[in-house]
Amino acid sequence: MKRRTFLGAAATAALIATGATAQDEPLKVGFIYVGPVGDGGWTYEHDQARQAVEAEYGDRVETVFQESVPEGADAERVMTQMALSGADLIFATSFGFMDPVMNVAERFPDVKFEHATGYKTAENVSNYSARFYEGRAIQGYIAGEMTETNQIGYIASFPIPEVVRGINAAYLAASEVNPDVQFNVVWLSTWFDPAREADAAQALIEQGADVILQHTDSTAPQAAAEAAGNVITFGQASDMAEYAPSPRVSSIIDNWAPYYIDRVGAVLDGTWESQSVWQGIDKGMVEIGEITDAVPEDVRAEAQRRMDAIANGEMHPFAGPINRQDGSAWLAEGETADDATLLGMDFYVEGLTGDIPN
Amino acid sequence: MVAATPILLAALGELVVERAGVLNLGVEGMMIVGAICGFAAAVETGSPVLGFAAAALGGAALSLVFGVLTQFLLSNQVATGLALTLFGLGLSALLGQGYVGVKPPATARLDLGPLGDLPFVGRVIFGHDWVVYLSLALTVAIWWFLTRSRAGLRLRAVGESHDAAHALGLRVRATRMAAIAFGGAMAGLGGAYLSLVRVPQWTEGMTAGAGWIALAIVVFASWRAGGVLIGAYLFGGVTILQLNLQAAGAAIPVEYLSMSPYLITIAVLVLISARGNRRTLGAPADLGRQFHATR
Repeated sequence: MKRRTFLGAAATAALIATGATAQDEPLKVGFIYVGPVGDGGWTYEHDQARQAVEAEYGDRVETVFQESVPEGADAERVMTQMALSGADLIFATSFGFMDPVMNVAERFPDVKFEHATGYKTAENVSNYSARFYEGRAIQGYIAGEMTETNQIGYIASFPIPEVVRGINAAYLAASEVNPDVQFNVVWLSTWFDPAREADAAQALIEQGADVILQHTDSTAPQAAAEAAGNVITFGQASDMAEYAPSPRVSSIIDNWAPYYIDRVGAVLDGTWESQSVWQGIDKGMVEIGEITDAVPEDVRAEAQRRMDAIANGEMHPFAGPINRQDGSAWLAEGETADDATLLGMDFYVEGLTGDIPN
Repeated sequence: MVAATPILLAALGELVVERAGVLNLGVEGMMIVGAICGFAAAVETGSPVLGFAAAALGGAALSLVFGVLTQFLLSNQVATGLALTLFGLGLSALLGQGYVGVKPPATARLDLGPLGDLPFVGRVIFGHDWVVYLSLALTVAIWWFLTRSRAGLRLRAVGESHDAAHALGLRVRATRMAAIAFGGAMAGLGGAYLSLVRVPQWTEGMTAGAGWIALAIVVFASWRAGGVLIGAYLFGGVTILQLNLQAAGAAIPVEYLSMSPYLITIAVLVLISARGNRRTLGAPADLGRQFHATR
């Protein structure tokens, strides 16, 4: 009984403290991660951004994090605990944390929440995601220029719009500079299974692919490409620079640091508002890792030009004319895809072979 | 062959354990501990051979925890085995914290001279690393041990009827502890093959269910070394084949291709075991039963 009273009092005290955060106390920012910080990919990049927040604001913020939180009831418990212990802002960094975030946010109206890659918002809940397809268009361009067999292998995870969009963006860019290019897509139904990723890369290489693109998170395909010799790959989510200069010739990096610094700053000066953002190369949320010397100078220069053009809006990875795989018209000449279509993309563009699993 | 070898190694170890009358469901846990022990040792010493040795030791050490609990403290084998898997997964994550993103030294392909230069056959049969050939040699050795040797006969006697074996003066507990340690060492080798050759890198949870497949293959192979070999190669072969079919653009829906390794392995092994129906399915009679000399 005594303990319960004590816990209740502690919780109340924590709540009061939360509501009345004064400027002299550091802002407490919580992060929950779906994987271990050492995964070298998704969670690793979120944790780098957390450290960037600490470096930016110094004593004005205090960060806490919890790694390997399963998506579901545990996530709700972890966030409740964070809120009770005085967190003012909580970043939930996986799609599956969406409903737990909404539930906890309802109970702690004074705490602000940021949810990655979701689509729900509330008074105190924002969501944010990155336009990875812009980065994939750059990798696709490099892939199209670099392939000698005109066979490009693509290791895909789940048939969701995010992944389909990446395949389409990469294919459009590759076939624009190399009309003979062919994409072989292998679906693995996993984000992370190094053994199967390695086997898939091996199978693609045996079928003649000399460029491997991947939408799964491990470096196993890089290892397979290195063993095979003249095959190139790209880093995914993280730089994977340990395989540079070849087989890894460039990479897509999720850079959350500018956004996290911006949002923490907004809470600090009291301007935080709920929003829903989808940022790309222009805001630095999608970064292209160093394009190595293995890529010819002119291709590197053109890739850089395309990056700049996408950043300042002169170029769009999905600009008409583009047909769907079945030949029906999608975008007319001069038309670019709107966000709603992109977010729900469930079809291949013309020229891609095979079916999307359903 | 690369996809089959980890499963083959782990399943062979489990075969010996089960023939001795012990059901150890902790294969997955022992594999992943072997994967990290082997990886760490190989990275620190720069020698894959020492890595595999450390993996076998690590797997055996973990399996002895199971052995002490089930053979001396008489805990329930099923529950202890499951606990061993969970423990192994956690322990490996802890041990592996400093090894994420590190590249291991390459395991050498066996240089068989002119044999390796033969077209096609050279690459398919003679183009592998030494662990593949070791696993094949171990299959033969275990078959010979179980069916032709005196010690193997004793081990099977312990598995078929530990009371009778005890009455004959065979040392039931010692035999079973040895079998458990051997099974752990084999699972450890299988795990190290994943982290050192097949992937090769260390990541948490990288065995991804291979230990459970090994367990299933022992059952479907009706506790015979030859059946284990067929099962593991069939499963590994079809796994690779379905990826190749996908990459080649076969007009079969991806979902069917993904489940094909499991379906085909089950179907073929059921056919194999059906032939042995007259002699029962081949499970050791005292499999999973506890032994205590005073009972």
